[in-house]
Amino acid sequence: MNRIEIDEPAPAEASQVVVRHRLGTRIWHWVNAVTVFVMLMSGLMISNAHPRLYWGNYGANFDHAWLQLPRFPGWLTIPSYYSLSGARRWHLAFAWLFAAGLVIFLLVSLWNRHVQRDLAPTRDELRPRHIWHDIKEHARLSFPTGEAAARYNTLQKLSYGAVIFVLLPLLVLTGLAMAPAMSAAWPWLVEAFGGRQSARSIHFLCAAGVGLFIIIHLIMVALAGPVNEIGSMVTGRFRLRTEAGQQ
Amino acid sequence: MISRRKFIAAGTSGLLVAGCDRLDRSETFRGILRSSEGLTMKAQRLITSRDALAPEYRAADMSPIFRSNGTRLPNTNEYARHLNENFANWRINVDGLVARPLSIPIQKLRSLPHRTQITRHDCVEGWSAIGKWHGVPLATILGAAELSTRAKYIVFHCADRFGDRQYYESIDLIDAFHPQTILAWAMNDRLLPVPNGAPLRLRVERQLGYKQAKYIQRIEAVESLAGVYGGRGGYWEDTNDYEWYAGI
Repeated sequence: MNRIEIDEPAPAEASQVVVRHRLGTRIWHWVNAVTVFVMLMSGLMISNAHPRLYWGNYGANFDHAWLQLPRFPGWLTIPSYYSLSGARRWHLAFAWLFAAGLVIFLLVSLWNRHVQRDLAPTRDELRPRHIWHDIKEHARLSFPTGEAAARYNTLQKLSYGAVIFVLLPLLVLTGLAMAPAMSAAWPWLVEAFGGRQSARSIHFLCAAGVGLFIIIHLIMVALAGPVNEIGSMVTGRFRLRTEAGQQ
Repeated sequence: MISRRKFIAAGTSGLLVAGCDRLDRSETFRGILRSSEGLTMKAQRLITSRDALAPEYRAADMSPIFRSNGTRLPNTNEYARHLNENFANWRINVDGLVARPLSIPIQKLRSLPHRTQITRHDCVEGWSAIGKWHGVPLATILGAAELSTRAKYIVFHCADRFGDRQYYESIDLIDAFHPQTILAWAMNDRLLPVPNGAPLRLRVERQLGYKQAKYIQRIEAVESLAGVYGGRGGYWEDTNDYEWYAGI
């Protein structure tokens, strides 16, 4: 080893560090990493108490269920042993963190223009040809490199948008619509979803959507380079890589 | 052979679940989670006016079959005797912090002015059923008994037993004086069937099913729930750690 080799800046040329995630995004991400898992797993235990879904205002054992769910095993539920009261205690306490986190994130992200700047797709990105191109690139597991990797691509924008602006708010609202006291406080809410059992079905479907999102999200993180991806969600700093062929 | 990735995934999931179970058994952690019950109650009460009504439905919206839950037939000799007599000698005692303790025969109660409401019953398990109830507003009875200003809760003592434990429930005065809170003696235009709480049950429409005490024999006004049975305000609260406030 000699000094000259060490001083050579060669490896730095291939990568450049940029700030990709703001502090607010990072805090919310990791609060959610815990909260959403608790909500999903305690929710599956609550589902075990009556694993049938209905449409309309009423629905019980003698009524037609549009979906009969399986009994979720202990390794997927909180607590792992059957306890509806325990699952409710977790679910209804973490629901406050979940809902408060969502509201604060949405307000802050609109205020600092994170939504407008980073999450909203541009007109060009919404063109079918552009979306189709992104789908093909994803299917080939060819991810953006260089400058493009510092921004969200179209499929990311669309899936994050669907989760942040549709699934998560719907989970909070349908959750509230299931509460008997809320039916007295805001009767329009339960009616907006087509009745209490419809709200419960939509709640489950949105939870399933979030579960699917998490699976795909984790696969994408693993494929795109887990150390850099997870590191950037912790520190905010992301190492941009250029394609080998460009060097 | 188990792959390393699989091993890590299974190990993580196992640790996560085991960790949550340990937390769930910790009384301190339960206490932290339970503090959200008070927060939920305060928040719901804040946005709900005192007399805001639970939705009432049309006859066409009713469940074809209103299922029962919990006790379907109280298993005491005393209840069997009352059932045999068609509840002719069933009385409802009203006592505790009242100026005029009452003992009301069920026939007398059925002759008082009543309220009819078609409402949705939401079970803690997740199902709902819509039924029609006829009953005397609880406020009427509490007025007749001259409730003391010291009273903070109304306790309902029931005739059914789970093992050797008596079923009971309790509500605070906001729900006790709510216009839809009735002592129901009929369901779907018939006298209350046994599985649904004959001859008298509570309807407290802004809370979940387990608050709707069935087979009511005694109504007691108290200042604190601490000295009543297990002290948590209800059978399910005492035995299975359900929340006393069941508005969610």
